[in-house]
Amino acid sequence: MATMVQAVRMALHYGETYLGVTDIFGEDVGPPLGGVFTATQGLKTAWNSPLDERGIVGMAMGIAYAGGRPVAEIQFCDYGFNTIDLLKVAGNQHWAGNGHYNLPMVLMTPSGSGIRGSLYHSHSFESWASRLAGWKVVMPSTPLDAYGLMLSAIVDPNPVMVLLPKALLRVRGEQKLPGEPEDEEELKARIDAPVGDRSNWQPRWPDLKPYYVPIGEATLCRAGDAATVCSYGRTLPLCVQAADQIREETGQGCDVLDLRSIFPYDWKTLSQSVQKTGRLLVVNEDTEVTNFGEHLLRRVIDEHFYDLLVKPRLLMGRHVPGIGLNQVYEQNTVPQLPLIKETLRALIAEPA
Amino acid sequence: MSATTDHSPDNGWTALATLEIASGEKTLPASRCLQIYRLMARARALEECMIKMSKSGQGYFWIGGPGEEAFNTCLGLLVKKGCGPAYDYLHLHYRNSATLIAMGMPLLDGIRQMAMRVTDPHSRGRNFAGHYACHPWNVIPVTSVIEVQYVMAPGTALMQKRHEGGNGITIVVGGDAGTAEGDFASCMIWSSRPGNELPVLMIVTNNGYGISTCASSQHAEHAMIERGKPFGIPGEVVDGNDPIQSWHALLRGMDYCRQKRRPYMIEAHVSRLHGHSSSSGALRIKTEPDCLTLFGAQLVAAGVLDERECEEIQNRAAAEAAAALEKALSEPNPTVEDIRRHVYAPSTVDVVYPDDYTGLPS
Ligand SMILES: Cc1ncc(C[n+]2csc(CCOP(=O)(O)OP(=O)(O)O)c2C)c(N)n1
Repeated sequence: MATMVQAVRMALHYGETYLGVTDIFGEDVGPPLGGVFTATQGLKTAWNSPLDERGIVGMAMGIAYAGGRPVAEIQFCDYGFNTIDLLKVAGNQHWAGNGHYNLPMVLMTPSGSGIRGSLYHSHSFESWASRLAGWKVVMPSTPLDAYGLMLSAIVDPNPVMVLLPKALLRVRGEQKLPGEPEDEEELKARIDAPVGDRSNWQPRWPDLKPYYVPIGEATLCRAGDAATVCSYGRTLPLCVQAADQIREETGQGCDVLDLRSIFPYDWKTLSQSVQKTGRLLVVNEDTEVTNFGEHLLRRVIDEHFYDLLVKPRLLMGRHVPGIGLNQVYEQNTVPQLPLIKETLRALIAEPA
Repeated sequence: MSATTDHSPDNGWTALATLEIASGEKTLPASRCLQIYRLMARARALEECMIKMSKSGQGYFWIGGPGEEAFNTCLGLLVKKGCGPAYDYLHLHYRNSATLIAMGMPLLDGIRQMAMRVTDPHSRGRNFAGHYACHPWNVIPVTSVIEVQYVMAPGTALMQKRHEGGNGITIVVGGDAGTAEGDFASCMIWSSRPGNELPVLMIVTNNGYGISTCASSQHAEHAMIERGKPFGIPGEVVDGNDPIQSWHALLRGMDYCRQKRRPYMIEAHVSRLHGHSSSSGALRIKTEPDCLTLFGAQLVAAGVLDERECEEIQNRAAAEAAAALEKALSEPNPTVEDIRRHVYAPSTVDVVYPDDYTGLPS
């Protein structure tokens, strides 16, 4: 099975071949490296940019204004903070300009912790991004969803941010991409650039097929009546593991929702699940003041106060200036499996 | 500034057709000068009307370009106007009304924006005066955020450079204080990448101030355009109060970008005749040169106009603005439904907002 980074690469190949993507660019995105995570190896429209995040966002906006379809990369979301006012402008220009221009641009950036990245390779971005009205923000947790969300991001005529969980970029999926070869080794031989001299290397792309994950649609990873767990990105597979272990131990199953789209989020699915279970745990790893999960909780409380059987829970990253390199810091700063499991168990066990 | 041909008014139109008005070595036909003068007068009338609106409560905040009409009118007349990468892209700031008027915008549209009417085609009554957006003319939405237009400009220019057979260029305009932002440096770097140089005409309208801060107290560089030298970006400084000099500087810059497909810089020294904005009172500053008065006097001296005709042109422009104001004020305000309109363009892959924003996901 493809890893998430291979899936992104294949989506971008599909995008530049069939969906009109004109430019895939950013720091070290073009040859020879093809991206620090290898997401852009072998792509024909990939090019290296100056080391200038504001320039990257501005260039993408300009290309989109002039009829192109750019996919720009911020190498790590940790270095995107100086672009926030440009992101604001990108999000408001359709509205401020009375609908004169569409801005079909994609901004992809690795987000979150889990790669022992210390202060500046561990930031999360979705809470910041959720405040950028006019943008759509998606975050896959599987290779297949990364492929499908990237294709949707490309064809959507609005600015779309694709947050890629750093910790999951090299994780293999459980489902094949449409057109992906059966054999992992074959895929690798076809699309991974060789180590060392790659000046004569050409990828041999598989015959990929389109697959769109609709923006604004969550997916139910596990189903059960005991509680609702809502997550996305790095913490999603941890929530699935926690739910599976609890089911094994107690026989009680949970709905585990992979939100996939941060904005617009799938309120319908979350709302229906909460009505069914009356118990909610939201998990993400962005810092707790102020966190996108708080918005979800606020709506649940506003609209489902009387459906809730017990108080809802929200696990987040701590409000500290960063994630320290020593694993004592990282393990205790952002939610990990034991805490998620313990919280979920308590949520299920609390008398109504 | 002087006329190269002796011309007396009773020579009539035949003489006007061949008459050249000069400034230094450069000249422009009298008919062109007359066109520029009329447009400048209309732009001034728009600004003065909007300033009054800001004081009377018919509008709120005003910011604009009285004092920049000479340069900005020439820019608007010289633009290769149209839609898409074959034509010029304009990344303007908030003092460019004269440019839009010279391109053909009716005064009414500027006033509709100042009056915040739903009929304001540029922003539906949402944005400050002078914040234009016009897709058919490649005018990228003007934003209040200083200097961000300079990082977008290389993007439109890249598409133009690739456009087969095209000679469209990207024109980006901002003030002098804003050049301290990194975005100005970004524009130079991204426009001059070796082998990937881009047709960007970088214009700085230098009025000597950023709100209250004097340029000489913050900037050691002798001229803004000197910053282009290490990047191989040629440039020139021009008296932006002189339309003939401005015209030729713009022509040189545009020709360079069009033909060489590389960047060029122009720094235009302009006046700020009503201060920074309504926040600083928008009072008329008498000590700075007024391009409209100066050019009018030149045309009178050259016999292109007499003083009465000058006055008439200005009165007509003021009447046009007054009529536009009356019309704009009779038009509807936005409704509450307009708050959400045009947040998103329609999308086939968005199940929550297939058409436009409709409030929080439901
Ligand atoms: C990024 C940013 N910082 C601050 C402001 C507030 N502001 C508005 S205009 C202005 C001065 C701009 O001066 P200059 O670039 O010389 O242009 P001018 O207004 O003189 O034409 C400032 C500081 C802003 N709009 N944007």
